[in-house]
Amino acid sequence: MQLKPYARSLAVAFSLAFVAGCSSTGGTQDGSMSGSGSGSGSGAGTSGTGTGQVSGSGLSDGSGQMADSRIPEVRTIYFAFDSDAIRPEFQSVLNAHARFLRNNPDANVVLQGHTDERGTREYNLALGERRAGAVEEFLSVEGVSPSQVEVVSYGEERPAARGSNEEAYAQNRRVVFAY
Amino acid sequence: MRALMTTWLTALLLLCAPLAQAELTIDITRGNEQATPIAVVPFANEGASLPEDLAQIVADDLERSGYFDPLEREAMFEQPSSSDEVRYGDWKALDTRYMVVGRVSREGEGVRVRYELMDVSGESRMLGETVTANPDQLRAAAHRISDQVFEAITGIRGAFSTRIAYVTSEGVGDDMSFKLFVADADGHNSQQALSSDEPIMSPAWSPDGRKLAYVSFEGERPAIYVQEVSSGRRVKLTSFEGLNSAPSWSPDGRKLAMALSRDGQPEIYTIDIGSRDLQRITNSPSIETEPSWSPDGRSLIYTSDRSGGPQIYRQALGGGDPERLTYTGNYNARARFAPDGEAIFLIHKGNNGYQVARQDLDSGRLVELSDARQAESPSVAPNGTMVIFATQQGSRGVLGAVSADGRASFRLPAAQGDVREPAWSPFLN
Repeated sequence: MQLKPYARSLAVAFSLAFVAGCSSTGGTQDGSMSGSGSGSGSGAGTSGTGTGQVSGSGLSDGSGQMADSRIPEVRTIYFAFDSDAIRPEFQSVLNAHARFLRNNPDANVVLQGHTDERGTREYNLALGERRAGAVEEFLSVEGVSPSQVEVVSYGEERPAARGSNEEAYAQNRRVVFAY
Repeated sequence: MRALMTTWLTALLLLCAPLAQAELTIDITRGNEQATPIAVVPFANEGASLPEDLAQIVADDLERSGYFDPLEREAMFEQPSSSDEVRYGDWKALDTRYMVVGRVSREGEGVRVRYELMDVSGESRMLGETVTANPDQLRAAAHRISDQVFEAITGIRGAFSTRIAYVTSEGVGDDMSFKLFVADADGHNSQQALSSDEPIMSPAWSPDGRKLAYVSFEGERPAIYVQEVSSGRRVKLTSFEGLNSAPSWSPDGRKLAMALSRDGQPEIYTIDIGSRDLQRITNSPSIETEPSWSPDGRSLIYTSDRSGGPQIYRQALGGGDPERLTYTGNYNARARFAPDGEAIFLIHKGNNGYQVARQDLDSGRLVELSDARQAESPSVAPNGTMVIFATQQGSRGVLGAVSADGRASFRLPAAQGDVREPAWSPFLN
């Protein structure tokens, strides 16, 4: 799973919110999706981000709910070297997310763009943004409201796989849907 | 090829266990064949028992510069501690061109170091000075001696009393930790300036050496912060939608150049730190990032892929069209000016992969300097003699450095984790 813990907990929250008759909202306690929350002025040693340890089990027990109220399970798509083109095999994944976002206008997604390690870090940050931007554009064409979608590029800073080989590179060139 | 890491250095690392994960050691990877022979004789100890071997620190500094080849101690058959004890003929026989001698004595709580520099072939004393230091400033005292010796012989101001900032990371994917450190230029005395479980990027020293600008993702989005090194006090300078990236200080310290994507594609902006006045510098449908201010403050260089791949461009701040500077190869990025403004250091991808290169601005000639894996993030010493950069050794990120002429190089591996994005401070004294 490529989701960060906060995203996972929020996914749980969304999922629970759409389960009819479910009264529990136990997955939201870390509340770390409150935006760019870190205050200035705190000194060295600040880590800034509180992330909870919430498991994603709420995703799988949505019996009886509409399919479109569930966040699509595949949340990572991969790219070719030096490319921001959506590969044909991932179009169905994007279509599923577009459908979900259209049907759930209160849902928001952060598209996290990533690159492999080759090249300079800041330029890769820009390339990661271009990759996530290509996904954003796809969703927009599919009728998703721009207000539901945000792009954050991590460049090469958060590799999914370590190693200086093509296998690792291929896993790292990705866009993650973080709900 | 000579490993500089000595046993006492290892012992020091073990003693400083809490710091050890950030402490960097030094391995010389390529010595300069034309380096000048110099003898740094162990300093005589007059009752001051020291935890640091000052003469060894000086010899290591001088060797790392690539300008000098210090004589092995085993080859020193006598150890004079002042100029009047030196028998020049003996040292000429060892082909030594210069020598440094000294003696250390107690001075209150601290120490007093008297050292002299001699020209062996001219049989003359070039320099003599007394340095006093507190017990916690012994390494600083040695670096000061290195600075004076280096300048007396080369005519170039020494940069051994400077510092470096760098970023470390551990872990993978969603489970990572990032730290920003500041250390002496030789990797010692590292101190943590920031810790986060979100990425930290692009540390950049203010021209007065008192502040660091950097990018932190701690709010789940990138933002540019400016932090006072001594106190840790900081402010969030920009957190626009999209990229807030690659801060670079103006030479007068009043502005930062940066890459923002608030208007779509990443573009170069400058911000006045006092007034927060924002000015857009570039305007193109391509990626513009990695700005760096020219030493005269009148132009910015930056990376743009408007030609299809990343190349370096220069934009005068008074206006006018940008000028493309690099034409060798199809990947040239993250350029930094030499302090004299006559050359740029950058990452160039050639047949040997991503390497640190120098391009002279007059001739346009580009020369690869490093011989490393995945070199990135070059940062130039304030005297222009060395470039520090990030590279890989085994599966780990380490720092490397290469002389501005490419003749000498060394590495600074850390005990654990990945080390990257070094930033060399300006002169601090």
